[in-house]
Amino acid sequence: MFFQQLINGLSLGALYGLIAVGYTVVYGIVKLINFAHGEIFMSGAFGALTVYLLMGSPAHVSTLFGLCVMLPLMMIGGIIAAVGIALLMERLAYRPLRDAPRLAPLISAIGVSISLQEIFRLFYGRIPGFPDAHAAIRFPDVAGISGVSVRIGGVDVQMSAIFTLAALAVCTAFLWFFINRTRSGRAMIATSQDPATASLMGIDVDRVIMIAFALGAALAAVAGVAHGLRYSNIDFRMGFTAGLKAFTAAVLGGIGNINGAVVGGLVLGVVEAMATTYIPGQFGGSAWKDVWAFVILILVLVFRPQGLLGSKVVDRA
Amino acid sequence: MSTATTTRDLSAIEHGQMLLDARQVTMRFGGLVAVNKVDLQVHSGEIVGLIGPNGAGKTTFFNCLTGMYRPTSGEVVFAGKLLPPRPAKVARAGVARTFQNIRLFQNMTTLENVLVGMYCRTHANALDAVFRTPRHHREEADCRARAMELLGFVGLADHVDDLARSLPYGHQRRLEIARALATEPKLLLLDEPTAGMNPQETKEAEELIFRIRDLGLAVLVIEHDMRFIFSLCDRVTCLVRGEVLVTGTGAQVQADERVVEAYIGAPFEPEAPAGTQTREDDHGTDA
Repeated sequence: MFFQQLINGLSLGALYGLIAVGYTVVYGIVKLINFAHGEIFMSGAFGALTVYLLMGSPAHVSTLFGLCVMLPLMMIGGIIAAVGIALLMERLAYRPLRDAPRLAPLISAIGVSISLQEIFRLFYGRIPGFPDAHAAIRFPDVAGISGVSVRIGGVDVQMSAIFTLAALAVCTAFLWFFINRTRSGRAMIATSQDPATASLMGIDVDRVIMIAFALGAALAAVAGVAHGLRYSNIDFRMGFTAGLKAFTAAVLGGIGNINGAVVGGLVLGVVEAMATTYIPGQFGGSAWKDVWAFVILILVLVFRPQGLLGSKVVDRA
Repeated sequence: MSTATTTRDLSAIEHGQMLLDARQVTMRFGGLVAVNKVDLQVHSGEIVGLIGPNGAGKTTFFNCLTGMYRPTSGEVVFAGKLLPPRPAKVARAGVARTFQNIRLFQNMTTLENVLVGMYCRTHANALDAVFRTPRHHREEADCRARAMELLGFVGLADHVDDLARSLPYGHQRRLEIARALATEPKLLLLDEPTAGMNPQETKEAEELIFRIRDLGLAVLVIEHDMRFIFSLCDRVTCLVRGEVLVTGTGAQVQADERVVEAYIGAPFEPEAPAGTQTREDDHGTDA
């Protein structure tokens, strides 16, 4: 039972972690909490669904085709949709407010969030051959993952959980490589520490910001596909709760810290899973899992406001 | 700006051609004119000093040159081309600067700081770095070698892996210079490079600036230490309340009584520092 819940918690946490990275990367560079990031995650899921529909909704395909053709194409579709929308959002809603008071882009972000939800709700179904998006839409089954589980050491592990954890591992490794081993990554670190000085080193700060948004969006899109595979349906509101949880994870780990976002996500997922099972009586069960997740957040904010992995030293000491 | 003396022509013959030509640069903040129609030229291979009491607009003028501010009017021409008011483009054109209050990337190592400086001279773009790994590695290796060379040049070879914020003050200043040199500038702008230094460190900084000039760079330096300025600079421009008061050789500027007046007001205490009291005196003498 414990291991079952641990696996559940970790895979849920991996989902949170993938989304949380987007909050933290963008915050690290522009000091903006992008409250529309949950909708980027939602766009990723819809992008993947769109690719499936454009492929002619293939059913009953082989595992090989599912894993090697369908899934990669759906992920690419999701990433293109999410990154495209994120860049558009940055250009239209955030960049004009770059030098405005901090509250202005925050409100703009909330506006973008609501707009994106409504755009998908109202217009997705208008495209010929696409399902109505007013309610939940069934996410396509991918042969080899959907509904398949393997038994590891007496515990049933859903393939979708393995997919999510693997996706987190691959994305984190890629991100680490990008930030620590490439020229653009170094430019990102420099910009997060001091944008004005970074620009004097010839770093195009606008481009670094676009890269940050694109990276966050790509990971959110992967999370969107993972979410679809895990719950078998998606809807235009899915970004709200997931976004809030991922934001919690980012704060939990220490906002601005990429490793922190991953750790925060995993911790949050495991706490939720364990609380569901081990808290007895009235306050247990899945109805209360969100409460326990946010209780953890409050405790961390009170006793360790810099987050689990955040350092006490402020950048500009 | 007719107050400028005519020694510029002499220096132009002595040194190379005109590198930086700031024409009538003006910076207004609301009603305050921080920099008013400043003309300033720097020729290649030349060290030019910029002096003036606190609040004279020296740093604001630097900010106008480097694109951190967009001048209200006037233009900055560098190596025959108009400099756009965008810091990244200014850096690429070949102008680098240091700051009065040191602005290093505190949480990076000494080496990493210099590597960031090389950003604008390397070419791998975001995707290149991931996909063309061999070439990326070679470029990275070249950068490291060059960065080590620069750190040796400023005397920080023993502190390569120290975090910038853990370096002693004097070393931080040197690192800022090394990072600026890493952008491969033709013109280096130094904002009070010896502020807070003891006489020994000041002397070392002076030697470092001479060695930088010998590399073929032009240097424009803001400084309050007059001994430092007059021993270092080929020409000196004195800025008072946003305007050029006088431009000339060190001796000429030193002898100009308006400069003395601007700094210490009435000649009653020659050692008085250029502090806040100077500003009060300004109003009395200049109005």
